[in-house]
Amino acid sequence: MNFSKLLQISMAATLSLHLNRFASLCPPYSPLFFLNRSLTCSISLPSHNTRAISSPTRRNPPRSFCVSASASQESNNHRGGSDEIYEVIVVGGGHAGCEAALASARLGAKTLLLTLNIDRIAWQPCNPAVGGPAKSQLVHEVDALGGEMGKVADRCYLQKRILNLSKGPAVRALRAQTDKREYAFEMKKIVESAPHLSIREAMVTDVLVGKNDSVEGVQTFFGMKFYAPSVVLTTGTFMSGKIWVGRTSMPAGRAGESASHGLTENLQKLGFETDRLKTGTPARVDSRTVDFSGMEPQHGDEEVGWFSFDPDYHIEREQMCCYLTRTTKETHQLIKDNLHETPTYGGWVEAKGPRYCPSIEDKIVRFQDKESHQIFLEPEGRTVPELYVQGFSTGLPERLQLPLLRTLPGLENCSMLRPAYAVEYDYLPAHQCFRSLMTKKIEGLFFSGQINGTTGYEEAAAQGIISGINAARHSDGKSLIVLERESSYIGTLIDDLVTKDLREPYRVLTSRSEHRLLLRSDNADSRLTPLGRDIGLIDDVRWKIYQDKQARILEEKNRLKTVRISGGDLAVEVAEVSSQPVKESSTLESLLKKPHVQYKLFDKHGYGNALLSRMEKECVEIDIKYEGFIIRQQTQLRQMAQQQHSRLPEDLDYFDMTTLSHEAREKLSKVRPQTIGQASRVGGVSPADITALLIILESNRRKAKERTQHQIITSTLAGENQEMSETSRNQTIRS
Amino acid sequence: MKENTLVLNKDERLGDGEVSCAEPVPSSSTIAAIVTSLGGPPGAVGIVRLSGPSAVSIAGEVFRPMSRKRRKGVRWWPNSHVVEYGEVLDSHGNVIDEVLVVPMLAPKSYTREDVIELQCHGSEVCLRRVLRACLDAGARLAEPDEFTIRAFLNGRLDLSQAENVGKLVTSKSMAAADAALADYRGSSIVMGGFSFMVKSLRAQCIELLTEIEARLDFDDEMPPLDINLVTDRIHKMLQEVDGALETANYDKLLQSGVQIAIVGRPNVGKSSLLNAWSKRSEAVAMGADVIVMTVSAAEGWTSEDDRLLERIHSNKIATSSTSPVVLVVNKIDFASSCAWVDTLSRSFRKYVFTCAVTGKGISNLESAVVELVGLNKIPAGGRKWTVNQRQCEQLVRAREAFVRLQASIEEEIPLDFWTIDLREAAMALAQISGEDISEEVLSNIFGKFCIGK
Repeated sequence: MNFSKLLQISMAATLSLHLNRFASLCPPYSPLFFLNRSLTCSISLPSHNTRAISSPTRRNPPRSFCVSASASQESNNHRGGSDEIYEVIVVGGGHAGCEAALASARLGAKTLLLTLNIDRIAWQPCNPAVGGPAKSQLVHEVDALGGEMGKVADRCYLQKRILNLSKGPAVRALRAQTDKREYAFEMKKIVESAPHLSIREAMVTDVLVGKNDSVEGVQTFFGMKFYAPSVVLTTGTFMSGKIWVGRTSMPAGRAGESASHGLTENLQKLGFETDRLKTGTPARVDSRTVDFSGMEPQHGDEEVGWFSFDPDYHIEREQMCCYLTRTTKETHQLIKDNLHETPTYGGWVEAKGPRYCPSIEDKIVRFQDKESHQIFLEPEGRTVPELYVQGFSTGLPERLQLPLLRTLPGLENCSMLRPAYAVEYDYLPAHQCFRSLMTKKIEGLFFSGQINGTTGYEEAAAQGIISGINAARHSDGKSLIVLERESSYIGTLIDDLVTKDLREPYRVLTSRSEHRLLLRSDNADSRLTPLGRDIGLIDDVRWKIYQDKQARILEEKNRLKTVRISGGDLAVEVAEVSSQPVKESSTLESLLKKPHVQYKLFDKHGYGNALLSRMEKECVEIDIKYEGFIIRQQTQLRQMAQQQHSRLPEDLDYFDMTTLSHEAREKLSKVRPQTIGQASRVGGVSPADITALLIILESNRRKAKERTQHQIITSTLAGENQEMSETSRNQTIRS
Repeated sequence: MKENTLVLNKDERLGDGEVSCAEPVPSSSTIAAIVTSLGGPPGAVGIVRLSGPSAVSIAGEVFRPMSRKRRKGVRWWPNSHVVEYGEVLDSHGNVIDEVLVVPMLAPKSYTREDVIELQCHGSEVCLRRVLRACLDAGARLAEPDEFTIRAFLNGRLDLSQAENVGKLVTSKSMAAADAALADYRGSSIVMGGFSFMVKSLRAQCIELLTEIEARLDFDDEMPPLDINLVTDRIHKMLQEVDGALETANYDKLLQSGVQIAIVGRPNVGKSSLLNAWSKRSEAVAMGADVIVMTVSAAEGWTSEDDRLLERIHSNKIATSSTSPVVLVVNKIDFASSCAWVDTLSRSFRKYVFTCAVTGKGISNLESAVVELVGLNKIPAGGRKWTVNQRQCEQLVRAREAFVRLQASIEEEIPLDFWTIDLREAAMALAQISGEDISEEVLSNIFGKFCIGK
């Protein structure tokens, strides 16, 4: 980091403190304030530490909270509106916004959450579910870092199932059907009661940018200005949102909720590239009008899995049932007859929708030979009659939607509560962000969630927690945190977003992770909780729970290595289950490595360890059973990581590099990757380009080295001269 | 702006999983290549060079020093810049060549990595075999000029040379583009050939990956996977790779010829046999593919022949060679009866009667040799392509992945683990290592299946 940047950060960092103190004297950014700021700088430079010491808030959040609160209250009495100054502002109260605001506030940053509608905090506008393949890994990871999503999903589930149970430990995925209202209510309660966190309804229309392209705050539609050195934008589908039913459209972020206007244009003025995406949600029907008798019921698991690693949240509740029905010939005919009435085939909506979330008309057009498609009916809550008709989103006009629903067996007499609709919105291709989710153009400005082109609550939450952490750290003058691609699904998600030129809504999928065997649900805590602890989001109680768990697992693995059995019922059953002979005096470990042998078998024959929970036993089983595979991937990763993680200088001029292909020069200039590994994943960059790049870097490094050597020599020479002259001066004085 | 890349895969349960990102190391693989020129008349000495972190261990696997021949199981650890004399063995333990080994350990080497140079006999045959042995032992075939590039990246060359290296890389990528174009043209005109086969294999891998991975993400929307069908297809692919490798082996023989040692007492007609055969003989007896023992029909089986045969056998045992021995009974025109041959049938894989002077029986000898080295398995005209060392290496990598995959299937290891080796095979077959196949699998999933809610 160069000196001016350093200066700038420490200036920004000192800002809030002195503002509190001088708030009554000087309005923000008045000439007086600048004077004050420059004064502070000259005193507190050159280190961040000065600031950390002068701000007890960060050292010890719970205690100092009282201090800072009383301080701000005091200034409140003197002059209203001083609470316009925060350390972090989060714009948007969806799944990204909630995690960001909570993470930031929990790190002790004075945080403001601005949302269009407080009653819609943490709303699930589409399917009433959390988790599923790859998504559940995200939820576990968010939880392991100290996030909230997993806990709330564990508290509000209607049904839980573990998917892919027999397909391998890395792809096992937990999915919960959730009670939509309860979920939003629970999350809202947590956000509302979090210390350091304020909430305000507002429509943000502009980002305030100061000198040196660093963010200073936001401005709202009604003319309010809120100041903070870090701002997180989580605009969801609201930024210039427009919803469609058939040919009819209206500006809206979601049905019944107004869109936000003006922000896109102002971001464009700041030099950001924006584009448009589209997504949709199916109709909701009244469950009291549905005949379930002919449908296939889908029950939850008897043994319930959990997202959170905190056992305090493992409270079982009664489960509800989902139902399966199918499209019929009539469904297909009705759609084929009315294709011209849909936005995509009628051609009046251009924005791209996600491939993995196709509308029913897309499915029928693209897969002509498939006679029927599965449709799931999922309850939206315990107390409401609404059913979510999964797999049935459509762009057809409303007048055709009910007849279409009524072609489904069991729904012949249904009544529709809400029509299906599509929504178009602005997003900012995420190559404009670093992997810390801070934008490259404006320092202190962070993007998370659908604004980065993703879909999904889990994807949003994952980005939210990272941007929340980094926003708080940025305000505090600390280094930002990046999760490497190989560390987590969160890292994989962000790496994909910022390096690949994505032009459709991005959803995380298991096949996106190259090293997924290492990125499992069961080890999300042992991968990320130590980091969460370092960052400051894992409290002592949770840390103790974590450490005890790891100790139990380690101890159990050692026990299995040492306990040997000879013959007996266990040996007989192991031989039977695995169709492999069991040697005399085999260790329990060696038995567990045999095909089809599970830890449960030890329990059954009295060789299990009663001190371990079901999840802990699973961890032990996976570690032992798949040791060979895990070690192999680990080795591959280690070999690769050394090169992949070497960093690229920030000021590279790729257009100058004539040894790179033209395409590589263009793409690299646009994406500006931070590491060699990232560069190699940019589309259009070949292995030969990477070699050429390495060579250029090495040449540059040597040139720079020569220069510094040269400088050292010159300055040494100059120093000698000076010394000589000083000596002579001294001599003069003495004489 | 300061960023801290805090986490790599640091899994407490895995123990020491941390990777330090301190020093950027440009390469972690060990590369090998023939560094003396090929194609012209054979020089007296040719050099195979190994460079990289595993150069010593790879050399240790293929090289057996003469001085410590009997100390089995002791890991070879060379003294830097001290020449050693010994033999190079192939993966089956057959002696290929006698060599001088020049170890140059890091950083005192051309590339500043551990470098081992194997000075072999200069003929192309020897060099290719030694290189193949190194590749089998885990080295990767060096890209053109990769030694120089490494030398530069590791700080060995000075700055003025950097520009040349840069140009070198550019020309390489251009050549690659040309080659790709040629390949593209080739494959559209001749729908056959090696690259077509590899492409089809790769496509099959990706299709299987698609089938499996689609079900990982969209389990409840798809019909269950037909495991038997998948298993069958994997077996079929393995067979295809094996077939291709057999072809590659045939190709290798075509390129480097079959080494035949002709042995026999003086005056039994070895040189006339050689002349009659009219083929150039490299005559490195200990590394021969086939040993032809020649006796004279006129004199019959003599006690001297007995001793010679004994020596051949003891030699074979000493070098653990499996080369077949053929008996040639020459000067057949001078003999009336050769009934004694039947008593020797246990010592020889085949016997052939020839008359080198008239050329009688030479074609029989040829077909006997062809049969013994396994060339007859490939039908004439069935082979339309040539396989080079690089392609062969990819095939070997794909094959290993398939073999592991089969083991996983046999042990009934869960489906997700299959994708690890399928991916490996597909990447090997993609020829450009590291080519991103994940996007291709994803597009395939969405293109092929009706999924999504």
